[in-house]
Amino acid sequence: MSITDSTRARASTSDQATPSLSHRRRQRRRAPGEAVAGYLFLSPWLAGLLFLTIGPMVASLYLSFTDYDLLTAPRWVGFDNFAQLFSDPRWIASVGVTLTYVLFSVPGVLIVSLAVALALNKGFRLLSAYRAAYYLPSLLGSSVAIAILWRQVFGDQGAVNAVLDRIGIHMGSWIGSPDTALYTLIVLNIWTFGATMIIFLAGLRQIPTEYYQAAAVDGAGKIRQFRSITLPMLTPLIFFNILLTTVNAFQAFTPAYVISEGTGGPANSTLFYTLYLYEQGFTRLEMGYASAMAWVLVVALGIGTALLFASARYWVFYGDER
Amino acid sequence: MSRATYTPATRTPPRAPRLRFGRTPVRSPLGRAVVRHAMLLTVIAIMLYPLFWMVGASFRPNNEVFTTLGIWPSNFTLDNYTEGWTSGQFSFSRYFLNSLVITGLSVVGNVVACMLAAYAFARLDFPFKRVLFAIMLGTLLLPYHVTLVPQYIMFSELQWINTILPLVIPKFLATDAFFIFLMVQFIRVLPREMDDAARIDGCGYWGIFRRIIVPLSLPAMGTVAMFTFIFTWNDFLGPLLYLSRPDMWTVAQGLNNFVDATGQSAFGPLLAMATLSIAPIVGFFLVTQRLLVEGIATSGLK
Repeated sequence: MSITDSTRARASTSDQATPSLSHRRRQRRRAPGEAVAGYLFLSPWLAGLLFLTIGPMVASLYLSFTDYDLLTAPRWVGFDNFAQLFSDPRWIASVGVTLTYVLFSVPGVLIVSLAVALALNKGFRLLSAYRAAYYLPSLLGSSVAIAILWRQVFGDQGAVNAVLDRIGIHMGSWIGSPDTALYTLIVLNIWTFGATMIIFLAGLRQIPTEYYQAAAVDGAGKIRQFRSITLPMLTPLIFFNILLTTVNAFQAFTPAYVISEGTGGPANSTLFYTLYLYEQGFTRLEMGYASAMAWVLVVALGIGTALLFASARYWVFYGDER
Repeated sequence: MSRATYTPATRTPPRAPRLRFGRTPVRSPLGRAVVRHAMLLTVIAIMLYPLFWMVGASFRPNNEVFTTLGIWPSNFTLDNYTEGWTSGQFSFSRYFLNSLVITGLSVVGNVVACMLAAYAFARLDFPFKRVLFAIMLGTLLLPYHVTLVPQYIMFSELQWINTILPLVIPKFLATDAFFIFLMVQFIRVLPREMDDAARIDGCGYWGIFRRIIVPLSLPAMGTVAMFTFIFTWNDFLGPLLYLSRPDMWTVAQGLNNFVDATGQSAFGPLLAMATLSIAPIVGFFLVTQRLLVEGIATSGLK
């Protein structure tokens, strides 16, 4: 039972309270001028949709089949850009880096946020203070300041190494080593789990306590209750959070840019897809190539999202009643 | 808090005398609460430690920044702040002013444009409404990469590079569908009887919007304003693309340039400016956290 579902449910109950009115509303013809008013209110968004989203999408699809550097007219090259991608070692590296980042940080964020949400779901007095403290990092995670701080914390003489030194482990800079640099960014993403946690927390509070009471009467222990009540009831939100966290993870840019000073280094280990796209499009002005990269990402994410939605009917539980 | 507290090796019989705290499962409600709070606080302390360390380090003499893990500075100094503020080609006053102008206009634009669109989706009926609403939701999942290059080309054709227009105008066109969605969710559950009453009193759609919907939606507008403020203040890619002249830079750009320019030598001033750059966000958060947290719970906004 998600929050949005419950809002909708509330809206529909208030409709049912006045059945004749809602019935009439559904059947009535549109009031004169309502369509015009609707489009007038919508006009800023429609203009944005046309000129800043759909138009550019079409343009970038066209550019992906061309060679374009902003100064001379685009030159049609057919599928050359796409063919070139698959033999470009840096592109392949950027795909690997981005997938590793997503595969580690999405489950990381989900598990940590669910665990903390469960611990907070007891309704005690300091709840809002805890919630706020856990939530704060997710507001700061994409800032340049935090990326700078991360460079320091995981740097040669940073806090992490200072702690490890005391227990006798000596490490070099975590940022400077190709083996560890990406994992500092994964930790940074998991650090911002607060937003996801708040969504879980709101969902947990909607699970009727009668379910747990009934299960306890039937002799179900805490773990059994979690597996048979909490988890199924949360699946719509787990689905929603997987979707959001994944889409966000694919779009990460600032931390990698600041930590690697725009290079994606050391040894391409933090070369996020977005970072490489930025480099091709705006440092080297290979705008056709960058557009091809963007469309490959859109298609891949589109397929991924479609698969996720298709899988939903096997594991997402939509309760048939409130 | 030791791990043994909550993963006991063996199950103790319920009446067994508790020999040592930490070896047996804690069964009393008070004990459990203590354990839970201790765990929650430990995690918070680890999470927030880097932030507190940064603030503390920014008040230390530059040569002590690296050597101390503690938080409270023993030799309190403001040197890092005075030095950092004026370190670049332009002082941080300039960057803060630029960021404030861009963020302020973005907040106004986003709130107004999203509110208009949300009213239409939540209350009015017009042809293709369902299709357009589906498209709006679809743009939530669209990676911004696909519009990045053509938008840049368009804005450079318009001679908008090194102006704030490419950063601000999209906000007036409600390009961030998250905020429309949040407001639609809010307006949908407002009682329609008020609309009907206003209509009987002679209000048109604009009148209903201005006199009924806007005043009742102030909490949602506040949430949108806060999130827009935070996202715009943090935004780095946008300014990086469109503002190349140092006198146009935002705080984020000034800070990033500071890293490149100083390397390790001026870490104190760098941390001081990093602290200042997130101060407005933390400040707004502390004042409005209830609004933000409720907003995220109703819309899943991130």
